[in-house]
Amino acid sequence: MNKIQNKKWAYIINFIGICILFSLLMILFNSGILGTSTNYVKGILTTACYTIIMVASLNLLTGFMGEFSLGHAGFMSVGAYSSAIITNMLVDKGIPDIILFVIALIVGGFAAAITGTLVGIPALRLRGDYLAIVTIAFAEIIRVAFTNFAITGGGRTMSGITKLSKFSWCFWVMVICVTFMYMYVRSRFGRTVIAIREDYIASAASGINVTFYKVLTFTISAFFAGVAGAMYAHYMTAMIPTNFSFMYSAEFLTEVIIGGTGSLTGSIMGAIFLSALPELMRDFSNYRMLAYSVVLLLVMIFKPSGIFGTYEFSLTGALSRLFHKKEKGKGGAADE
Amino acid sequence: MLSIKDLNVSYGAVHAIHNASLEVKDGEIVSLIGANGAGKTTILHTVTGLKDAKSGTMTYDDLDLCTTDASKLIKYGICHVPEGRHIFRDMTVMENLEMGAYSKKKDKYDMGKNIEKVFERFPRLKERYKQLAGTLSGGEQQMLAMGRALMGEPKILLLDEPSMGLSPILVKEIFSIIKYCHEIGITILLVEQNAKMALSIADRAYVLETGNITISGKASDLFEDDRIRKAYLGQ
Repeated sequence: MNKIQNKKWAYIINFIGICILFSLLMILFNSGILGTSTNYVKGILTTACYTIIMVASLNLLTGFMGEFSLGHAGFMSVGAYSSAIITNMLVDKGIPDIILFVIALIVGGFAAAITGTLVGIPALRLRGDYLAIVTIAFAEIIRVAFTNFAITGGGRTMSGITKLSKFSWCFWVMVICVTFMYMYVRSRFGRTVIAIREDYIASAASGINVTFYKVLTFTISAFFAGVAGAMYAHYMTAMIPTNFSFMYSAEFLTEVIIGGTGSLTGSIMGAIFLSALPELMRDFSNYRMLAYSVVLLLVMIFKPSGIFGTYEFSLTGALSRLFHKKEKGKGGAADE
Repeated sequence: MLSIKDLNVSYGAVHAIHNASLEVKDGEIVSLIGANGAGKTTILHTVTGLKDAKSGTMTYDDLDLCTTDASKLIKYGICHVPEGRHIFRDMTVMENLEMGAYSKKKDKYDMGKNIEKVFERFPRLKERYKQLAGTLSGGEQQMLAMGRALMGEPKILLLDEPSMGLSPILVKEIFSIIKYCHEIGITILLVEQNAKMALSIADRAYVLETGNITISGKASDLFEDDRIRKAYLGQ
């Protein structure tokens, strides 16, 4: 069928696009144009990778399911700590780094997903503000628990985690995660979730099991937050529970809202922008929060749906518009 | 056949429905009328499982409705059209209709034929099939909600105040649609405040007053009942 063929092409073209982007970045790093700041830029981009996963996974909840979570950093910390504990146990066993990294990501993801399900089943009976409060409480509980467990280093820093998060690996993990989330949103599951956001009574009347899909989405979102947490742990190599405070969760939510609720493109741009911003503004780091709030205010006043709204960038669409102006964009797939 | 016996429902300490019993036989139109806050919607929500009953039994043929999840009902042919036009506002008219067939298996269901049938009955929706549902007028939204319900090929329709907030002409239109649904063999339980219209279309009716079913009988008899003429028909 033509439609499926088009979709296949869209995926192939997008994949080529991502490969080109990746090789450009690699050439940039290896040619030494950036000189001494190569590692610094690489570091920022790695940060951007896990931030993108965090923001996109939060967007699954906020943008597509229409529920606020103010405790996403809690899931991230579950992923971070559980993966760090596992790699600490396995690090001397002679396992290649890449496999260790994948194990860490999977363990982090599943630990967070299980927590997500356990939290989600009772919490998703609530909606809106009430759910947001429960998620804040959850993140705080996790944080306090981690400051008291011996295995997580207690209130002290948990340090000495093997550095596994190389930029090139993180980049591809990010691509896989975002592609999966994109496919989820465009699948019948995703459409069901959007229907629940639109009207949950009408959804139930149409035969949708509202609770099931809410918990499923919450779990998937938590899974990716856990993956991002695992990346974070193996990039920072040291962490303290207070890193995952309420402010960190709020930061992710800010990025979702600035980027555009319901647009994964927006999440990606928002995440890149806000991970680069603090670095660009090192000199006035104290005013960073002020800048956030000003940006947020401006966005809320001039474009309440976020910079991208629900728009998704599509490479195939852009290309076809470029080459045959008459033929309208046929809608593409993944959108990096 | 839908049958409700000795139903009690409460919201916390507030006892909303007292020992309500009612029955809808196959092929009937049954109206449930009553004033604001009488508990009409509560009864419907309890039947569909959006609200839990405190005691009593509810069955549809052999199906126990007390233990059936709201989302499963449509598989058994029970379709609820909620009060206040619950449509998917940010989806197009077409997508809304497709959502109505959500519970159907792809290979056993003819989507095109059903959509055609709905469009035939609701030409207004056909004109606007690409439009976002939230931009439709009130009457069109109600038509869409009913069209979506018909997509699920229901055996019994539970209609919750379909005439709410509509102009008299549109109310007539909506009731003619209800009649059409009845003619194609769908059993109807109609919850309404508009007692006159509801009685004129129904075979039988129940009157709900502050959680108690006070009067029941043939709709034509209720039309003549003095209590109803005074309280609901303004005569």
